[in-house]
Amino acid sequence: MDFERFKYKRRLRFGWLLKMAWRDSRRNRSRLFLFISSIVLGIAALVAIFSLGDNVRTDIDSQAKTLVGADLVIESNKKVSSRIRPLLDSLGDQRSVERTFGSMIYFTKNDGTRLVQVRALEGDYPYYGSIETTPVRAARTFRNNREALVDKTLMLQYNAKVGDSIMIGDVTFAIAGVITKAPGRTGLSTTVAPPVYIPLKYLDSTGLIQKGSRIATSYYYKYNQPEVIQSVISDIEPRLEKDGLDYDTVEERKKNTGRAFEDFNQFLTLISFIALLLGCIGVASAIHIYIREKIASIAILRCLGVNSIQAFMIYLIQIVGIGLIGSILGALLGIVIQQQLPAVFKDLLPVQVTTTLSWKAISQGLISGVVISLLFALLPLVSVRNISPLYTLRLSVEHVRFRDPLKWLVYAVILFFVAGFTWWQMHSWRQAIIFTISILAAFLLLSLVALLLRWLVRRFFPTSWNYLWRQGFANLYRPNNQTLILIVTIGLGAAFIGTLYFIQDILISRVTLSGSGNQPNMVLFDIQNSQKDSVAVLAKQYNLPVMQQVPIVTMRVEEINKQTSSQVKQDTSSGYRSEAYEWEFRVTYRDTLTSSEKLTAGKLHGPIRSAEDVIYISMEDRYAKRIHVNIGDHIIFNVQGTLIPTVVGSLRQVDWQRVQTNFRVVFPTGVLEEAPQFHVLVTRVPSPEISARFQQAVVKIYPNVSVIDLNLILTVLDEVLDKIGFVIRFMAGFSIITGLIVLIASVLISKFQRMQESVLLRTLGASRKQILFITALEYFFLGALAAATGILLSMGASWALAKYSFNAPFTPHPVPVLILFASISLLTVVIGLFNSRSVLNKPPLEVLRKEV
Amino acid sequence: METILSVKNVSKTYQGAGQTLTVLNEVNFAVEAGSTVSIVGPSGSGKTTLLGLCAGLDRASQGSVELNNIRLDQLSEDERAQVRNRYVGFIFQNFQLLPTLTALENVMVPLELRGEKNIRSRSITLLEKVGLQNRMHHYPAQLSGGEQQRVSLARAFSNSPRILFADEPTGNLDVETSDKVIKLLFDLNHEAGTTLIIVTHNMELASQTKRIIRIKGGHLVADELN
Repeated sequence: MDFERFKYKRRLRFGWLLKMAWRDSRRNRSRLFLFISSIVLGIAALVAIFSLGDNVRTDIDSQAKTLVGADLVIESNKKVSSRIRPLLDSLGDQRSVERTFGSMIYFTKNDGTRLVQVRALEGDYPYYGSIETTPVRAARTFRNNREALVDKTLMLQYNAKVGDSIMIGDVTFAIAGVITKAPGRTGLSTTVAPPVYIPLKYLDSTGLIQKGSRIATSYYYKYNQPEVIQSVISDIEPRLEKDGLDYDTVEERKKNTGRAFEDFNQFLTLISFIALLLGCIGVASAIHIYIREKIASIAILRCLGVNSIQAFMIYLIQIVGIGLIGSILGALLGIVIQQQLPAVFKDLLPVQVTTTLSWKAISQGLISGVVISLLFALLPLVSVRNISPLYTLRLSVEHVRFRDPLKWLVYAVILFFVAGFTWWQMHSWRQAIIFTISILAAFLLLSLVALLLRWLVRRFFPTSWNYLWRQGFANLYRPNNQTLILIVTIGLGAAFIGTLYFIQDILISRVTLSGSGNQPNMVLFDIQNSQKDSVAVLAKQYNLPVMQQVPIVTMRVEEINKQTSSQVKQDTSSGYRSEAYEWEFRVTYRDTLTSSEKLTAGKLHGPIRSAEDVIYISMEDRYAKRIHVNIGDHIIFNVQGTLIPTVVGSLRQVDWQRVQTNFRVVFPTGVLEEAPQFHVLVTRVPSPEISARFQQAVVKIYPNVSVIDLNLILTVLDEVLDKIGFVIRFMAGFSIITGLIVLIASVLISKFQRMQESVLLRTLGASRKQILFITALEYFFLGALAAATGILLSMGASWALAKYSFNAPFTPHPVPVLILFASISLLTVVIGLFNSRSVLNKPPLEVLRKEV
Repeated sequence: METILSVKNVSKTYQGAGQTLTVLNEVNFAVEAGSTVSIVGPSGSGKTTLLGLCAGLDRASQGSVELNNIRLDQLSEDERAQVRNRYVGFIFQNFQLLPTLTALENVMVPLELRGEKNIRSRSITLLEKVGLQNRMHHYPAQLSGGEQQRVSLARAFSNSPRILFADEPTGNLDVETSDKVIKLLFDLNHEAGTTLIIVTHNMELASQTKRIIRIKGGHLVADELN
């Protein structure tokens, strides 16, 4: 047989590869399980969130009708004109009307007062779903009597019972029932102003409907043939738009609710994805060590005739196998977690969520898990191809080429996958790239810190220190050290926890700042022109300062530089944002700036003295920029049907943090004095008792005036933030626990490597205490440095978020930062020592004999 | 007689720390099929490097190695792997059994790689020949050194190689076990008619082969018949 007759045939023999992969894994299954444990939680979180998303989408589809309660809703924030009324009266087969406004109610039994959302209803609305009440019949009967339905939380807060009385304006209503569920209500929206239903026929007699009152009217329609809705909408849309009326249909609601939920769902998915990425770093590091230990076996196989691809495939099959098992375990755990999610997110979800198994979500989770664990495992795995059979004769691990150019391709694929996954969630390449670059930057920075640490320890090694310290330091850079992997995983975990904490802190301090010191804490609004002075006098009688009293006129934009809303919608090149036409402005008039304002362009013009004077308005600079308006632009405002031409005369910077009335648009005096308006009075009450007494007095004398107690708002916001914080902590928990698992896995894997060394030290006479000290020192260095870098990263990220997203100052408190730092460092040491205990507790001979 | 191995002007050098280290220097020899040869020399003389080159585990820096009339230096690593699987058997000083495979599975691997049939029964027969019929399902860690080397022998002969390379086959064994293993090696070799090349510094073992090649400082210094 000569060379000519030797024909090389590259055969994979897949069946044999499967068999070898199985055989090779036999003695390592517990360790392989350790690898996969890192990805289980990430997959679980993904499957749970994917399933929640699927269920919510299905539930929105099935519940959208009950969210709207009708086939068509037409809404107006002002009195509808007589020319559109015939149209409104002609639509639908069944009709209902609801007028909604904020007002104070008064519990006669205990003198309690509270701002509520009054919903004065006429007709059989809701046509789909129901207002659920206790007793059930109350939802029907209240419409025919002088009765009210009161929100459950309100009833509890004021210890009220069915049959008690409440006063709304001048009318006393008997409480007919307690509202447990009503169409369109979600947990958070009703917390500030809980709803109270009354029959519409009593609204006028309450005396609350006065000139300038801010009342929204909804017209609900039911169609016997709902399929005609779309054609009805196309017919009436131009007329509704002309009169400034909005509409809502079941389909619109589906879209809007779905869109709002998708943002929330994307956020949750990305947090889950970070947990998975963190786990994958653990997988990559574990596989790296695993392959190092397999060099001898691979070299033997190569010697026996296994080609490089076959050797690679044996371990690839193992990784795919454990990736699949990890993903299946993760998916199963995800299904369990999914059952709990509706309870966790109950106040943040738009619909009542079912917990049906979503095979789509499960397969998405499984595929994501297998693909990404495989990609990360490929980083160490590609090196298998380079292991030479020569190692059977001279096994020198240092000479194995773990640097393989193919790794760059794997890195590129990983980045592409991360960006692709993010795009799949967010549908924006820009956001996907920013997310990927942020993650990459965090990885690189932490890797850099780890490499720098190794270099510094080597370069400035404390040779004169005692042996234990030197040994502890040396462990940071010696072969098979865990410096890089532990700093990256612990650091990322710390960065993540830190960022979540700081964001919560920024949000909470932003709110509490408003309520501190001598800042105002009570706002009275809906004060009529005629009541303006007497309300101020009443406040002074209670020794309350009138810190601000301003008139407010509501208006819409009709034209910007001769462009109407419909022209802007048709011609998107005009540059004006259509939202400017949809916004209902609350405008004041004055000729001076307040303490929270600063002029940034133009000048504030004085009072208007004649009808010929040009009306120069002042606009908030950021809003002007948003709607693309500048100094000198012409804007026509529509004030309850009266068109007022104006010119933008100045731009102002407004500090919205301050508790006082701030405005996007300020008119000069001499224009709006006769327009329908109401006044707002801002004051500060020193105690809850005085607040309650003052509110009672206001409600009794001026029933149309509403009072917002900012302390109550702060409490409510605190609750809201607590709920959001809980959701964030719940999701971050996946990453934190994954980080801990990766830490435990890394320590356990390094244990196998360190065992021989520690045993040798013990054989040479090192005490248990000395080895404990060396181990503790190494993990303390790693934990402390990783925590410090992670926290610094999180502070950078939080500062950027505070500055650019929340527009708030960022002043982290040192104590929580130190606590976070100490906890992470200590946890690393504890886990390191706990997992090394088997080396410490066993006699050297037992460990030396044991097959490692 | 047919030449099974031909080594022509083979040199092996390593680059390191700015200097070239020559481990083998223009070595020439040929081995006839069915013969037994020892390569002997002191530690660091280059004999294991020579074995690696002859068996196609490594590539020479200069010269050519022909095994079974196949120029190994012209083949890629994967092609050489196939040559090893078809024509070469190995015995190592530290046995080199796959720790996660049982004794029987270790013997079966070369045959499985070739996709042959009746693998199991053939492997069992080989293990019976080396006296391990009762240890077939044990893992290497559960076997003594002598037993492990016997499994290694069975594996080396399992693919009916044309040439067998043994690197210090008794280096890790006590004298009594060494004698048994050497006897087994020569018996099996005789029965199969395989060419046997042993690398050793044990002159007692070398004396049992028909030819001895002496290496010193990377040079072939003697090539004599026993």
